[in-house]
Amino acid sequence: MNERQPGMSLVVQTVTRWLKGFIFLYGVYVILYGHLSPGGGFAGGVIVASTFILLTLSFGRERALGKLGKLMASELDSFGALLFLLIAVLGTAIGGTFFLNFIEKNWPTGNFHLFSAGIIPLCNIAIGIKVAASLFMIFIILAVIRVQEVRGKRKLITTEKRRKER
Amino acid sequence: MVELLVGVFLLFMIIGALIALETTDLLSAVISMGAVGAALSICFLLVGAPDIAITQMVVEVLSLVILIRATIRRDLTTIEGDRDFFGLMATLAMICGLLIFGFSAFLRLPPFGSPAMSQSFQAPARQYLNCGLKETGAANIVAAVILDYRGYDTLGEATVLFTSILGALAILRVYSRKKKQ
Amino acid sequence: MIYAMCFLLFLIGLYGATCKKNIVKIILGLVIMEYAVNLFLILLGWRTNGQAPIMSQQTDLPAFTATAVDPIPQALVLTSIVIGLGILSLMVAIAIRLYERYGTFDITEMRRLKG
Repeated sequence: MNERQPGMSLVVQTVTRWLKGFIFLYGVYVILYGHLSPGGGFAGGVIVASTFILLTLSFGRERALGKLGKLMASELDSFGALLFLLIAVLGTAIGGTFFLNFIEKNWPTGNFHLFSAGIIPLCNIAIGIKVAASLFMIFIILAVIRVQEVRGKRKLITTEKRRKER
Repeated sequence: MVELLVGVFLLFMIIGALIALETTDLLSAVISMGAVGAALSICFLLVGAPDIAITQMVVEVLSLVILIRATIRRDLTTIEGDRDFFGLMATLAMICGLLIFGFSAFLRLPPFGSPAMSQSFQAPARQYLNCGLKETGAANIVAAVILDYRGYDTLGEATVLFTSILGALAILRVYSRKKKQ
Repeated sequence: MIYAMCFLLFLIGLYGATCKKNIVKIILGLVIMEYAVNLFLILLGWRTNGQAPIMSQQTDLPAFTATAVDPIPQALVLTSIVIGLGILSLMVAIAIRLYERYGTFDITEMRRLKG
């Protein structure tokens, strides 16, 4: 392994560069078609998060965080949860019941099409954003921070800072 | 047939779990957990739950990555032995008691292959299967249940996930607060 | 029989969580318990010769209702799996903090935790 270059070897980086878009697209597909086929917001969100985790593992921390920063992930996390809550509250505002499916069911194309299930695709998107952002944040929190001896005391330190101290 | 296959995979899971708990090397233990999770995913697929199978597989991969990245590169990865002898024996006796109790309790459950839903006509699951497509428009009844009939569950799940991340952040944050002072 | 094997898996997880000294082994035991409970709930909903509760355009509704497996445990377990990942991350965070504090994963070495 090359010491100066962060991340893994050239083979892994090339394969990642080719595959990351397809994995991301598959995650988005699983989220969007969650009401028609197996999958849904949970599974699709985890697949989308695994794209960024693959980037982090193969290219190192800086490259992946450049694409989706920690602050951005935190914002997206809150945004997904709030979007889900907003959809639920809109049911109250429109029909008087929390979590009311207020969009007409077979509108506009009939059953077994992408937009046919009222609020369920919207909820799936909200859940997908939330799960993807939160799982990526879990990974960033847990995997990038390390224990290191600094002046005789054990401290938690990020890989970025460790590289600077060298 | 399905019962036999699930039984074989369950046996595989039991052996994998024993290896994961008894081996001294932490990396082998974590990888055995990966095998257990994969077998669990196949079991879900066999008993007609493709949603769960996909989610379990992906979550398993992610949790393995987290476990390996976060815990393996420590100094002391092999710790031998159990806790003290008396406590171990007491716990094992309690587990054996639970085992006998559980075996007698499982005799009273409905047999494998005929759930409570198929015996009662007022079961909510029957209602969901019958009217799910008409009432929600979703062809995947599981999605209809988690996001329409039982939306509160999913809201609670989002809250729990959010709180667990907050907890992890708060636990690991002491270092950065010390640095500022 | 299958249920009993599930319960055996649960008890193996319980043994790991109560008898092991290494924190990572305790975490693995808790995860095994969670797996066993998830599998038990899903198995409760299985019907002989059942099919997955997902319709297609050719599906006949009465036949579908008569053969599809129970969707409610699946919905509950789908939620529970993702929560399990959150719990796992919280436990790993606690383990990292304990390692940073005490320099070991061995819980018998952590004197100050004892009452």
